[in-house]
Amino acid sequence: MGLDEILTASVFASAIRLATPYIFAALGETFAQRSGVLNLGVDGMMLMGAFTGFYAVHLAQQGETLSEPASLLLGVAVALVVGALMGLAMAFVSVTLKAKQGISGIGVYLFGLGLSELLFQQWVGTPKSVNGFPRIEFPLLTDLPIVGEIFFHHNLLVYVAFALVPISAYVLNSTTFGLMIRAVGQNPEAADAMGVSVARVRYATTTIGGMLAGLAGASLSIALINLFQQNLTAGQGFIAVALVYFGGWRPWTVAAGAMLFSFVNALQLQIKVIGADIPSEFAVMAPYVITIIALVFATKRHEQPTALTKPYERGE
Amino acid sequence: MNKASGNSQLALAGRLNRLIDFAPVLIALLLALLVASVLLLALNANPLEAYDFMLKGAVGSENATAETLVKATPILFVGIGITIAFRGGMINIGGEGQMIVGALAGVTIALVMGEMRIPPELAKERGAFDVFIVACSLVGGFLAGALYGGLAGFLKAYFDVNEILSTIMLNQIAVQMMNFLLNGILLDPAEAGFNNIPKTARLVTAAQLPRLSLPIGDPHLFDRTRLHWGLIIAIALAVVIYIFLWRTSWGYRIRAVGENQRASSYAGINVRRQMMFSMFLAGGFAGLAGVVQVLGLQYRLQTDGSPAGFTGAAGFNGIVAALFGGLNPLGAIPAAAFFGGLLVGAQKMQRELGVPASLITAVNGLIVVFVVSSEIFIIQRSKRRVSLQETPEGLDEAEETG
Repeated sequence: MGLDEILTASVFASAIRLATPYIFAALGETFAQRSGVLNLGVDGMMLMGAFTGFYAVHLAQQGETLSEPASLLLGVAVALVVGALMGLAMAFVSVTLKAKQGISGIGVYLFGLGLSELLFQQWVGTPKSVNGFPRIEFPLLTDLPIVGEIFFHHNLLVYVAFALVPISAYVLNSTTFGLMIRAVGQNPEAADAMGVSVARVRYATTTIGGMLAGLAGASLSIALINLFQQNLTAGQGFIAVALVYFGGWRPWTVAAGAMLFSFVNALQLQIKVIGADIPSEFAVMAPYVITIIALVFATKRHEQPTALTKPYERGE
Repeated sequence: MNKASGNSQLALAGRLNRLIDFAPVLIALLLALLVASVLLLALNANPLEAYDFMLKGAVGSENATAETLVKATPILFVGIGITIAFRGGMINIGGEGQMIVGALAGVTIALVMGEMRIPPELAKERGAFDVFIVACSLVGGFLAGALYGGLAGFLKAYFDVNEILSTIMLNQIAVQMMNFLLNGILLDPAEAGFNNIPKTARLVTAAQLPRLSLPIGDPHLFDRTRLHWGLIIAIALAVVIYIFLWRTSWGYRIRAVGENQRASSYAGINVRRQMMFSMFLAGGFAGLAGVVQVLGLQYRLQTDGSPAGFTGAAGFNGIVAALFGGLNPLGAIPAAAFFGGLLVGAQKMQRELGVPASLITAVNGLIVVFVVSSEIFIIQRSKRRVSLQETPEGLDEAEETG
């Protein structure tokens, strides 16, 4: 078993695909955390987005009421809306009611886990597949050796996820909205004094985070795996939260962390495929062990938004 | 005379206040049930009928009640641990993993010691040796879970690794560790080469925790049910931890760190040590939950390979019970019984009405959200109460500060 057997082009390609839901969810979480809200319910929001997006596509394709592309866009829209609603709920709980964010997030997670499973069992029953986002064929590029397989052989949502990285970085670093987000997360008193509504900004970022979590779920159920089953995400939303810490709350490094994590995962799958003499349990375990080690050595902790998890009380 | 009546009035007011403090929890429950009713209606089920089946399924018969208590036992163990962690300011989401690690250690000890032969001259000490096996397994399970929880505490204390994230990762790692061991050295020899269903050999009777029946009626109450001594151990430990948290200086230090780290540090408390200690204890109780499931109920460690395959999600439900019990070990007792009943009752509902039992997971989530959301009202009330005490002259002033 040589390195060339493990490090094939398909491993890099699958690392890019696997990173997609992490990038969506972690970018959304970055917005929320930069404004001071720790949304731990990401996994539950992903599950709800995954199920509702899947179900919309399933219904549309079954009834043949919509063309395939239209049904997929409908699925994305539904996942975005459901994610936004859950984000709004999370914002209401943590901003307006000032609930402890670590714990309320676990509640949101359990709610999404239970509800998505309930609706799935009631409305669908057994795992069924849908025709998900097809791979895009680029003229010439897709046929390039190696490079074509790695970069130009993915579905639309993969490219959307990667395109969101520079967009998020730009919004956070170079727009007024981004400045408001950072101010509210770093020094809410000062932001308030400058006339920025702390609550409104946090509502906005948590809702954006919810939308992207919903989209992350849909990217699994209608683009990468093309089916839904109970607990489809298997804790990916929690990894996404860890990636935000690991990436030091910056879109580029957060995305880099997602790529690293997915690369380890892709390697793990490849090692299983070629039947290497490593117990598969250790391979599955590896990304989690690496995440913990990465959190131990993450050096950018001083960049943590000062007001993270702290509800804002005016005039204290 | 006047003073006495004033005192009794004060006492009454205090009791009333405590009742009102408990009200948000009940309101949270009612709200969650309300949302659940809407869900049931949306699924074309009659909520009243559903709740009736749940009630019957949970406490409708002797066996149903026993099953409720059986389900409540691991939830109570985990809930006690979560209470300690949360009181110490540590958000322990690692109950699942700590349960698994505790069960792995406990079952290994029980299997090995169960095979031991005692010398013939000591044959009459057999009973004592059996108790010793069980005790060693329980202690081993506690310690394993405690070290696993303590690891997250250590990472938090010395490397500032967020304990929520580390415990979630440790959960996944524990599941894989269990799958590895159950497919390998712990695999039941009878399974090896045949079905390879991941489970250990069955424990010998000597290593089992006995069934429990209450000497009421004939036959005795809970005779021939699956109720076991784990419940009694859990309730006894809930009392012990209540005393520990509120009547000892160790417990005081944990709570002080949970209330205000900086102040505790100025007061000379070693904050890092307390963080590790509360996570150590929390993990230990989750470990006990795991080993008691094996010794008292399943008599072997088995899983379907999924994350909740062995634990039945008790590591998460324990969090819900701890919150619902007001982060008080004694409150966790009825809370765990309640959630045990919810889970058992939901299975009956699923059988009778075809409504998936996963409804309960969603309801549990809602209860968590509503309970933590209601804290703002408790805080506002207690602030008002403090200012009332400070300015006994009149309400007007108090209202201004509140």
